[in-house]
Amino acid sequence: MSSQATAATIGNTPTVQYFPRRKKRISGRSIAVLVFLTICALFFSVPLYVVVVTSFKSMDQIREGAIFSLPYIWSWDAWDHAWNHACSGIRCNGLKVGFWNSVSILGPSLVLSIVLSMVTGYALALWNVRWAGPFLFILFICAFVPFQIIMYPLIVMTSTVKIYGTVWGIAVVHAVLAMPVLTLIFRNYYKDIPTEIMSAAVMDSGSFWKIFVEIIVPMSGNILIVVLILQITSIWNDYLIGVTFGGLNSQPMTVNLANLVTVSTGTTNYAQNMAGALLTAIPPLVVYFAVGKLFVQGVTAGAIKG
Amino acid sequence: MPQVSFEHIVKSFGAVTVLNDLNLRIDDGDFLVLLGPSGCGKTTLLNLLAGLLEVTDGRIKIGEREVTDLEPKDRGLAMVFQSYALYPTKTVHGNLKFGLSASKLPADEIEKRISWAAKLLQIEPLLNRKPAHLSGGQRQRVAIGRALVKNVEVFLFDEPLSNLDAKLRTEMRLEIKKLHDELKQTIIYVTHDQIEAMTMATKIAVMDGGVIQQFGTPDEVYEEPANLFVAGFIGSPAMNLRKASLAKNGALIEAVFPSGVRLDVSDYRFADAPEDGAEIIVGLRPEHFGLPEDVTNAAGTFELPVRYTERTGSDATVFLEFENELLALRIAPDKTSRFKSGGQATVGFQRNKANLFDARSGRRI
Repeated sequence: MSSQATAATIGNTPTVQYFPRRKKRISGRSIAVLVFLTICALFFSVPLYVVVVTSFKSMDQIREGAIFSLPYIWSWDAWDHAWNHACSGIRCNGLKVGFWNSVSILGPSLVLSIVLSMVTGYALALWNVRWAGPFLFILFICAFVPFQIIMYPLIVMTSTVKIYGTVWGIAVVHAVLAMPVLTLIFRNYYKDIPTEIMSAAVMDSGSFWKIFVEIIVPMSGNILIVVLILQITSIWNDYLIGVTFGGLNSQPMTVNLANLVTVSTGTTNYAQNMAGALLTAIPPLVVYFAVGKLFVQGVTAGAIKG
Repeated sequence: MPQVSFEHIVKSFGAVTVLNDLNLRIDDGDFLVLLGPSGCGKTTLLNLLAGLLEVTDGRIKIGEREVTDLEPKDRGLAMVFQSYALYPTKTVHGNLKFGLSASKLPADEIEKRISWAAKLLQIEPLLNRKPAHLSGGQRQRVAIGRALVKNVEVFLFDEPLSNLDAKLRTEMRLEIKKLHDELKQTIIYVTHDQIEAMTMATKIAVMDGGVIQQFGTPDEVYEEPANLFVAGFIGSPAMNLRKASLAKNGALIEAVFPSGVRLDVSDYRFADAPEDGAEIIVGLRPEHFGLPEDVTNAAGTFELPVRYTERTGSDATVFLEFENELLALRIAPDKTSRFKSGGQATVGFQRNKANLFDARSGRRI
């Protein structure tokens, strides 16, 4: 009869449920890990705490020097001043000018840099490109060239084509500088697309752009999120390209912030500086919180075969 | 009507030459199976025809059209891949439609073809699903559908059934055969599965080492293998191949095995007049053995110790020991009781069924 019982068990495998076993007691090792993680968290959050509370304090309270104390009166004055009235050079219209400049720089820079690298990566990974190997190698080397070295030639080039000092000038420079790394990212991602899908597409359509738009782009969701976050952060936080190529009218928010912090007459208004810094840092933070989960999925996508 | 021909095809990858001066002609409406072990060059040949690889030398013609230098999409071919190669982000409908994207057809004609193919393959209820939500068999149907909508005259199949389970494979095999009977297109089908080849093909080209070893109908390839490779590759269990020498005595010609057992091969159709004492290899198909009462007028009789029996349901394979090697023979399952492991058994070999090969060249004599 035992053989029958075995057969029955094999026939209906009971549904197996996995659940984390409850730990009987906390071991010494996990306490050490917890302590370490807490210290790490404090390391990052204490300065942030100081910045936030300072931005709400009055100058009188700041001068008392107790940087950890909470504001006696919570005041939005510093925030209002930083956003609406802070001076950048001789103009005192606040950071909002720079904010909108940054927004208008972000759009074209993102589109230009991502589209350029995506198409290049697609061509290198999935089509027979002559000299693809050497090209990739040169691209890889370019990723290590510091921007400062090629800054002057880039200024000459952009002014020759009359885009120096415009949003488009900044966008082109962003696209060029991001291309090596982004192309490598896209190329490696597209290398994992099964060759048979590409063969089928080549037999079905044969058109470089049609296959790209209809087959490849829809398959790029994961990697696009990763690249989008990388690029939004790096373009928004950029200072050097903005200050060099933006001229007087297209300077991004980071440049305004730097002017606000460094060039001030009289006393340094710490509250305004802190508020300005927070205002500048908020957009990338929002992006992280909004798509952070997708970012992690994108980074690990393809790590395990489905 | 198209006739596919390969003329003096050479294909090298760097220093490695995979195909060297290969010639093959496939008639219109044929179901050609390229059969061979992995790495024999069969998929390379198919990819050359599809245009996914470029020939190093030689010409490929479809009908009177030389296609050697044409783009894949312009060759008038459709291909079904082993891994289905469906576009994962498109629905079934989108997949079929993309198959027509190179042909500048009006929208209503495209829809007409899609619904025709969907009906033929019974995938109509699946048209709005994504490939991830289909089973293996359904995906395979969609892949075939994507080839069908193109309405071309030559279809290429690259091991399309190897990813399916045994039952589905049998079903799809029949279905592809049915499609060929209905549509009459030329099909070139690559596989390493001899059962697929035997059941579906009208012509088989057996390949090994980049060379076509034999080209013929399934029956020719099975019953009269051209050389030792084909003899050993086709048939399961494999043909028993044993060394022997020819003994000529007037009209009587016998194959004499080292142990002295004799097999009458007088009625074998020799290509050239046989020489006395020639070293040969005798090929004996397992199913041509039988119990003495079933094989009247046997060409030879073997009395051998029984080693193993294997039953597969519909029939059974018995392994006897003959000259220190196993000799496989196939018998009806109800006769297995006559073969007791460790005991002795007497079996006869049917007249006019042996295959003889030259021991040195390996060619059929």
